[in-house]
Amino acid sequence: MQPEWQEEVYAEKIDVGLWRQILRLARPYRRYIGWAIVSTVALAVGDAAFPYMTKIALDRFVIPQNTQGLGWFAAAYAGLVVFQSFNIYLFISMAGKVESGLTYTIRNEGFVHLHRLSFSFYDKRATGWLLARLTSDANRLGEIVSWSLIDLLWGAAAMLLYVVAMLVLNWRLALLTMAVIPPLAVASIYFQRQILRSYREVRRLNSRITGAFSEGIMGATTTKILSREEKNLEEFADLTRSHRAMSIRAATFSALFMPIVLVLSSVGTALTLWRGGTGVAFGTISYGVLAAFISYAGQFFDPVREIARIFAELQMAHAAAERVMGLLNTVPEIQDRPGLRNDWPKLRGAIRFENVSFAYNPQEPVLENFNLEVQPGQVVALVGETGSGKSTIVNLVCRFYEPTQGRILIDGVDYRERPLAWLQSNLGCVLQNPHLFSGTIRENIRYGKLTATDEEVERAAKLVNAHDFIMRLPMGYDTEVGEGGGLLSTGQKQLISFARAILADPAIFILDEATSSIDTETEQLIQKAMETVLKGRTSFVIAHRLSTVRFADLILVIRDGRVLEQGTHEELLKARGYYYRLYTNQFLAD
Amino acid sequence: MKSLRILWRYMSNNRLLYLGAILSVALAALASISGPLVIRITIDSVIGDAPVAAPPLIRSFVEGIGQRFWVPGIVLIVITTFRGLFMFLRGRLSAQASESIAKNIRDRIYDHIQRLPYKYHKEADTGDLMQRCTSDIDTIRRFLGVQLVEVGNGLSLLLLIATIMFRADRRMALISMAMVPILFTFAVVFFRKVKEAFRETDETEAQLTSVLQENLTGIRVVRAFHNQDYEIKRFTAKNEVHRDKVYRLIWLLACYWSSSDLLAFSQIGLTLVAGAYFTSRGELSIGTLVLFTSYTGMLVWPVRHLGRILTDMGKALVAAERLEEVFAQPQEVLFENHEQPPIRGHVVFENVSFGYEPGQPVLKNVSFTVLPGQTVGILGHTGSGKSSLVQLLARLYDYDQGSIKVDGVELKNIDKRWIRRNVAVVPQEPFLFAKTIRENVTLARGEVPDEELYAVCKEAAIHDVVLSFEQGYETLVGERGVSLSGGQKQRVAIARALITQSPILIFDDSLSAVDTETELAIRNALKKRAQKATTFLISHRVSSLSSADLILVLEDGEIVERGTHTELMEQNGTYRRIWDIQNRLEAELAAQEEGE
Repeated sequence: MQPEWQEEVYAEKIDVGLWRQILRLARPYRRYIGWAIVSTVALAVGDAAFPYMTKIALDRFVIPQNTQGLGWFAAAYAGLVVFQSFNIYLFISMAGKVESGLTYTIRNEGFVHLHRLSFSFYDKRATGWLLARLTSDANRLGEIVSWSLIDLLWGAAAMLLYVVAMLVLNWRLALLTMAVIPPLAVASIYFQRQILRSYREVRRLNSRITGAFSEGIMGATTTKILSREEKNLEEFADLTRSHRAMSIRAATFSALFMPIVLVLSSVGTALTLWRGGTGVAFGTISYGVLAAFISYAGQFFDPVREIARIFAELQMAHAAAERVMGLLNTVPEIQDRPGLRNDWPKLRGAIRFENVSFAYNPQEPVLENFNLEVQPGQVVALVGETGSGKSTIVNLVCRFYEPTQGRILIDGVDYRERPLAWLQSNLGCVLQNPHLFSGTIRENIRYGKLTATDEEVERAAKLVNAHDFIMRLPMGYDTEVGEGGGLLSTGQKQLISFARAILADPAIFILDEATSSIDTETEQLIQKAMETVLKGRTSFVIAHRLSTVRFADLILVIRDGRVLEQGTHEELLKARGYYYRLYTNQFLAD
Repeated sequence: MKSLRILWRYMSNNRLLYLGAILSVALAALASISGPLVIRITIDSVIGDAPVAAPPLIRSFVEGIGQRFWVPGIVLIVITTFRGLFMFLRGRLSAQASESIAKNIRDRIYDHIQRLPYKYHKEADTGDLMQRCTSDIDTIRRFLGVQLVEVGNGLSLLLLIATIMFRADRRMALISMAMVPILFTFAVVFFRKVKEAFRETDETEAQLTSVLQENLTGIRVVRAFHNQDYEIKRFTAKNEVHRDKVYRLIWLLACYWSSSDLLAFSQIGLTLVAGAYFTSRGELSIGTLVLFTSYTGMLVWPVRHLGRILTDMGKALVAAERLEEVFAQPQEVLFENHEQPPIRGHVVFENVSFGYEPGQPVLKNVSFTVLPGQTVGILGHTGSGKSSLVQLLARLYDYDQGSIKVDGVELKNIDKRWIRRNVAVVPQEPFLFAKTIRENVTLARGEVPDEELYAVCKEAAIHDVVLSFEQGYETLVGERGVSLSGGQKQRVAIARALITQSPILIFDDSLSAVDTETELAIRNALKKRAQKATTFLISHRVSSLSSADLILVLEDGEIVERGTHTELMEQNGTYRRIWDIQNRLEAELAAQEEGE
C-alpha cells in the first residue's frame, strides 16, 4: 500500500491566475459548462418560485374561499415540478460531463507530461507523491470545477432571486428578514473553515494510521523477531487516541454549525412572524405574503451555507491545483533541440566521453573530467562500491541525464545534436531489480519490440535460456507475472528481462547485474544469457560479482567518481591494486 | 443476524452514549416538528380567531397573547434553540461513541495482527488485510456514527409527523403521505441497482491507478525501450473507460435525483393543491394547511435519504464479517509459562523434521551440534530448507519431529518471547520502519547510550554512511526520508540485531547486497566482539562461509555434507563444486601467472 500523499496546505487567498489556468484545461467542455450554468440558473428560479406558488394558493384560493382556477393552478404547479426535475437532471448530468471530462484531461495531460520529464525530476519525488497528483488531486480538481463552481453560481442566483422576490412582495418586511444574513454569513464562513481545518487534521492522522497499519502488517515478522509487540501497540494506541480526539473535535464543530444556523434563521422567521403577523392582523399584508416570507426565511440559509462551504473548499483545493499545475508546468531538463530531423542512420555504438563532469546537485560533483572511448561492440565493465558513480556513467550514456560539462559523442557526434528517440530506441537495459509489468510472460518479453510475433518472442527466450523454465510453469508463456513481476523470482525476472532486451536488438546494451539472492546454478544460466546478449553490442555492465567481468574488453574501477584503474581482468590483477584487493577479498576470509 | 450481533458487541462500553444519542435524535425531531405547530396556531388563533385545538394550558397561553405578535416569534426561537441543542448532542454523542468504537477495533485488530503466527504473515494477502483494517473499519464507523443516527432521525420524524397529521386531518394526512412509500421503495431499489455501477467505477479507477503506478516505478524500462507512445495509448484507453464509467454513474444519479425530486415536489404540490381545495371550501383552517405543507416538506427529504442509507447499511454488515474473519485467526502464545533458562548458545539439533504442509517435509532428520560462540555456515539452493532451519530456532515455526535443545533445554519448552529475546535474526530483505535510523537500530532496546549505538553501527559498517546524511542518526528512513540501498538496509538490520547482545545470531543471507570488502569488515568486527555469539550464517558466497567452525550443505531438507572448509574441499561434493564455480577465474589466473 502506498501511503496517502495528501499534504494539504490551506491557502488564505484565492489565486485567480491559477484557476484561470485550470479553466483553460476545461475549455473542451465549455458547451457542457454552458448548459450546466443555464440549468443551474433555471433551478434557482424554480426554487424561488415555489414559495411564490404557496402565496398564490393562499391569496387566490384559500383566503377568498374560491376554487375557480384551482385546476389551472394545479397544472402550473405540475409544470413547475417537471421543469425543476428536468433542471436537476440537466444540471447533474452536465456537471458530470464536466467532472469526468476535466479529470480525464488533467490525468492524460499529466501522464503525457510525466513521460516528457527527465529523471532528475523523478529523483526528487517519491512515486507515491506523483501518483497522488494524478489520482486524488486530479479527482479533486475535477469535482471542484464542476460541482463547486456551479453550486456557487446556484447559491448566488438563488440568493439574488430570494432577495428580489422578497423585496417585490414587501420591501419593509424583506429588509427586516434579511437582517439575519450578515451574522449568518459570518457564522457560516467561520464554521466551514474550522470544520474543514479539523477534518484536514483528521485526514492527516488517518493517513498516518493507514501507514502504521501497513507497517504493522508488512513488518509483522520483524516485530516478532524483535519482540516489540507491546511497544508497537503503545505507539499505535497513541496515534488512534489523538485521531479519536481530533475526530470528536471535528464532529463537534460540525454538530455546532447546523444548530447555530438554524437558531439564526429562526430569528429571521420570528421577525417575519412578528411584523408579518401584525401586518396581517391590520390587513396591510396578505396571508399568502406571510407564508411566502416564512418559506423564504427558512430557505435563505441554504445558499448562504453553500457559498461559505464552497469558498472554504476552494481554499482547500488550492494546494491541489497548485501541485497539479506545478507538475504540468515543469519544463523537462532534457528535450530534443528544436528542428531536429528524425531520419538518422541506425546507431553503430561508438561512444566517447570528452571531459565530462556531472553532478546531481551542484555541491556534490559525481564525475569530474571523465574521459572514455568505447569501440562499437566492446564490453565495458564498471566495478566499484555503491555510490561510487557507476550508475551515473550508465545514466549519462542512456541520456537519462546530460553532462553538466563536456560532451558525449555517439558515432562521432554530440548526442545532443540527435533526437532522444534515436538513442533511446537503440538501447537495451537489464536492471538489477528488473521491472516487469503486470501481464503475461509473453507480453513482458514482447515489450522489447511491440510488433514481435509469438515465434520471435520464443526465439528470444530460447536465446537467453529462459525457455525451459517458462515451459515448466503451469501456463507457460501465458503465466501471469503479477504486479511488478512479484510472482517470479529475481533470477526468473532477470532472464525474462534479458529476453525482452534481446528482442529489441539494441546497439547499446546496459546491464546492471543482480547482486544476490540467486543461487549459483541460476547465476550460471544468467551468465550464459549475458554472453549471448552482449555479443556484438556496445555494452556497459555494472558488475557486482567480479567473477562475471572476465570477458569484458575493458574494466573500469570507479571510486568516488574517478576511474581508479582500468584495463582487462588480467592486467588489473597483475597491477595488484584496488581491483586485486577487491577480488581476493571474496576468497580469503581474513 | 450474526453480523448484527457482532456490531452489537462492538458497541459494548458505548451503549449508554448511544442511548443518549438516540434520545437526542427523538427530542430533536420532536422540537423540529413543533416549529410548524407554532406557526399554525399563530396563523389560526393569534392572527385569526379560531379556537385553539390544544391542551388547556397552551390554550390559555395562546389566548393571553392577544395582539403581541412577538410572543410566537420568541416561542419559535426557544423551540429552535432546543432543537439545536439536541441536534448538537446527537452529533457530539454519536461521534464520541462511534469514534471510541472505531479506536477500540483499530487497536484490537492491530495488536491481533502482530500476534498472529509467522505462518499467517508469510501467506497473508497484505492488500486485502490492509483494506480490512482501513476501509472496513471506516465503513463500520460511518454506520455507527452517521447512518444509524440518520435512520433513527428519519424514523422518529416519520412517526411523529404521521401521528400529528392523522390527528389534525385524516383525509389530508393520507394525501400528504401518498407518495412516501413510493419514494422510499424507489430509493431502496435504485441504490441496490446502482451498487454495480459504483463497483465498476472503483474497478476501472483501480486499473487506471495500477497502470500509472507501473509507469512510475518502471519509468526507466519504458524509456529504455522508448515505449512512451505505447504507454500513453494504453493509459489513455484506460482513462477513457474510467471517464465513461464515472459519467455513467453520475448520469444514473442524475436520473435518480431528478425523478425522486419529481416525486417529492409532486407530493408537496399535491398537499398544497388538495389543501387549498379543502380550505377554500372551509373544511380546513389556513394554519392547518400551512402545517401540512411544512410537514410534507420535512418528510420527503429524509425519506428519500433513508433508502440510500439502508442500502449502505448492508456494507457495514459485510465489513463486520470480514473483520471477524481476521479476529477468528488464533494468535500465537508468547508466554506459555514455560522455562526461561539462561541462554549461552549451545544448540543441539537431533533428527529434526519439519514441513509447512503435512506430507511435504522441508527439513528431514537434521542433526548437528554447535558450541557457544561457534559459527555455523549453511549453504544450499533456494528452497533447500536453510531459512526454515534457522526460523525454527527463533520459534517462528515449531518442529514436528526430533528435538532441538538450547543449552540443554528442549526448545518447545522455552517461552517464545524468551527465546526471541535471545536469538537475533537478520533477514535477507530486512524491513525498516518509517522512523529515524537511531530508532530503527534501537527498536528492540529503547533508550541506548550514544557510545553503544555508535559502536554497533561501526561493527555493522553503517556508522560512516549514517554520518554522511545531513541529519545523521536522526535521518528518517523510507518514502518521506532517505531511501537506503539494499546493502545499507541490511547493515542497519545487522546493527539492530547486534545491539540486542543476543547470545545467538542468525544471518539469513543478510550480507547479500553488501560488497565483498564491507562484508569482510563486518565479519572481522564480529570476530572481535568481546562476547562472541553462536552465529548461523546463510550465504550463497562460499567464501563467506569458508571460515566457519562447521559448514552444513543442505539439499532438499537434508544435510548432505558437513565439516570445516578443509574437510569439505576434500570431499569433492557440492561445496567443492560451488567453490570451484565461484573461483574458476582465480584458478585460470593462477595458471596464467604460472605460465608467464
